[in-house]
Amino acid sequence: MNPTEIVKRLKDSFPEEILWYRCFRNECDVTVKKEKNREILLYLKNTPSLEFDYLIDLTAVDYLGFREPRFDVVYHLMSIKHRHRIRIKAEVPEQGCCISSVADIWKTADWFERECFDMFGIIFKGHPDLRRILLPEDWNGFPLRKDYPVHSDLGDKEWKTYRELKEAARGWKDNES
Amino acid sequence: MNLENTKELIINMGPQHPATHGVLRLVLEVEGEVIKRCIPYIGYLHRGVEKLSEDLTYVQSLPLTDRLDYLSSMVNNVGFCIAVEKLMGIEVPLRAKFIRTILSEMARICSHLVWIATHALDIGAMTVFLYAMRDREKLLELFEMVTGARLTVSYPRVGGVRCDINEEFINELSDFINKFPERVEEYETLIDKNRVWLKRTKGVGVITAEEAINWGLTGPTLRGSGVYYDVRKFFPYDAYDMVDFEVPIGKNGDIYDRYKCRMLEFRQSARIIKQCIEKLPEGAILAEESPKIRMPSSPLKIDKNDIQFEIYVEDRNIEDFIKKFTDVYASVEAPRGELGFYIVCDDSAKPYRMRVRAPSFVHAGVLPKLCEGALIADVIANIGSIDIVLGECDR
Amino acid sequence: MSGLIKIFDNHTEAVEVEKGVTVVPAANTIITTIDKIASWGRRSSLWPLTFGLACCAIEMMAAGASHYDLDRFGVIFRASPRQADVMIVAGTVSKKMAPVVVNLYHQMPEPRYVIAMGSCACSGGIFNTYSTVQGVDEILPVDVYIPGCPPRPEALIEGILNLQEKIKNESYYRERCLSGVCLIENSKFGAKDESHRNSEEIKR
Repeated sequence: MNPTEIVKRLKDSFPEEILWYRCFRNECDVTVKKEKNREILLYLKNTPSLEFDYLIDLTAVDYLGFREPRFDVVYHLMSIKHRHRIRIKAEVPEQGCCISSVADIWKTADWFERECFDMFGIIFKGHPDLRRILLPEDWNGFPLRKDYPVHSDLGDKEWKTYRELKEAARGWKDNES
Repeated sequence: MNLENTKELIINMGPQHPATHGVLRLVLEVEGEVIKRCIPYIGYLHRGVEKLSEDLTYVQSLPLTDRLDYLSSMVNNVGFCIAVEKLMGIEVPLRAKFIRTILSEMARICSHLVWIATHALDIGAMTVFLYAMRDREKLLELFEMVTGARLTVSYPRVGGVRCDINEEFINELSDFINKFPERVEEYETLIDKNRVWLKRTKGVGVITAEEAINWGLTGPTLRGSGVYYDVRKFFPYDAYDMVDFEVPIGKNGDIYDRYKCRMLEFRQSARIIKQCIEKLPEGAILAEESPKIRMPSSPLKIDKNDIQFEIYVEDRNIEDFIKKFTDVYASVEAPRGELGFYIVCDDSAKPYRMRVRAPSFVHAGVLPKLCEGALIADVIANIGSIDIVLGECDR
Repeated sequence: MSGLIKIFDNHTEAVEVEKGVTVVPAANTIITTIDKIASWGRRSSLWPLTFGLACCAIEMMAAGASHYDLDRFGVIFRASPRQADVMIVAGTVSKKMAPVVVNLYHQMPEPRYVIAMGSCACSGGIFNTYSTVQGVDEILPVDVYIPGCPPRPEALIEGILNLQEKIKNESYYRERCLSGVCLIENSKFGAKDESHRNSEEIKR
């Protein structure tokens, strides 16, 4: 199905929840209210003519300083039967940084949501096991937020264990030189 | 023996373990030989590629993609380039498309060779490792001939490829490709009728088609379960819609079927390369509007008329925001599955956000499902069969 | 061949075959220092730890496989740190991995050597990010650096030969501040099981 047709179907079914849509290079993204993300995604999955059975990707984008609410949670959906894709975005504010989990709809969302929490600090309500996944559990801060430094020297924010390791290494380094 | 006092044992496997294909760590809760719970821990190779690319221009970000899935760096490069080309609206010359397809398929063969080598080694077939590495060495030589590097090629550019291929390369490649199907048969004679191999792969680690889709598996791991999905056929890129090839699919969704799928893919890749060499057109290899190495920091030329939008909220001034940020998602069929790049562009020369949809990340997530209820020995076979690369998994 | 040995066997005078190594063939004797004997033994069977981190591990594998065949230098990969002499740090060391690397280093018996393979292990390479260690020498003493991204198998072989050359000139008693003493308690950075942690805690 043509992406614009999917948007139209979605708009007819959820007139209140759709904030805007944008089409670029034959790809459509639909921004929705975060309160109803589960209903909309379930509708997309279970409607026979749409049948988005496949969650390709789930991630977030930080629009710090460009927009309020700050984050977008981005779902990429695909249907194997109908061979079409769509992108759904849900706005998440910095205060009360949470959204409903879809891990029970698509199993693949389980790890994607954990990663999203790890990198952006967005909390997914109803997630079975929301822990950090890529970084150590006692890491400070959320790296992919725009106000987090890129480079290796983190100063005070350095991970405690690594700081201790470096200090232990200083012992033999002084001896060697 | 008093069975009342027995309890479950927790085994830590990894991050340094020769059979975990990198730095994957599994915590296994076992009762005797049976696994009750399996908890994977990843992130031991988390290098912050997504964050780093926000600090680099599009051209500078290209070498980062090599180091994601280092077994098939060419496919990663192509994926990134296709995403940026889609964003900028660049049309790639036909010759460049064919060259990319040839090298992508070479990368696929390379990657599958490492997979069969290590997977067989893990299960106990040492000879296959030596045979497969021998053939891989030949392919790496061919890569070196064109790109100058063995592993991390950084060969494609946004809008084409860096340099042209020559007659000598084509001749040597044709030689290799003509011999290659025989070599694949050789591997199959080594393991395909081996009783140990069959016992350890058939009926082990089964994923049904519905589960595979729900878990988001892609590539041969999905196709082993009998689901027909291949990015090369569904959303063709490069020259894949101009060549004739089949997508092998399995039936039972066990380790053996996934193995069989990859073995058949060897032959299909050889077939694609053969056709590409025959059809290779003359012409330019780099589009004129391709960004140069010293990419200007001035805004990208994205025609804002390409953006169609409609706003349904009245009380928010959002139009400027919608026009400022453009985003694309492009994916390629990597040897492991669908490798997607989601790029958000804010009109500057640097990506505002680059997201890598890594197949290995998704596949590592299915390990608990595969391992629970299985035997300890099957864990190794399962890790091998889903073919993960931790560089891509952790990014 | 057997004739040659016979002639040699009758030779009763000491022959200096190399500086510091004297042979008396008839007495079936070699006279040399302990240093020489020890370093000869050490350098001729350098067993590295099978420890791949990232891209360089693939080149390390290629170096060990059929084409480059590291075995001919007496280099045989061991899966356990308890049996290994040299640790080839092949790839990017992330901060999460750093405690594990140090732990493995301390599990290796003395004398132990470290080869930093690849740009990432030498200096952090292109990954100057929040999660990577800027060179493994921040946490471990490194003997040989092999640059390259990734280095070719030939470069790895060259690095191993350089390490052998280094060991050749070493005293049997290796004066290293780390020798014998573990500066870091193993238990502190040992692999802990985090699995039973209550996820409710994080949700707050």
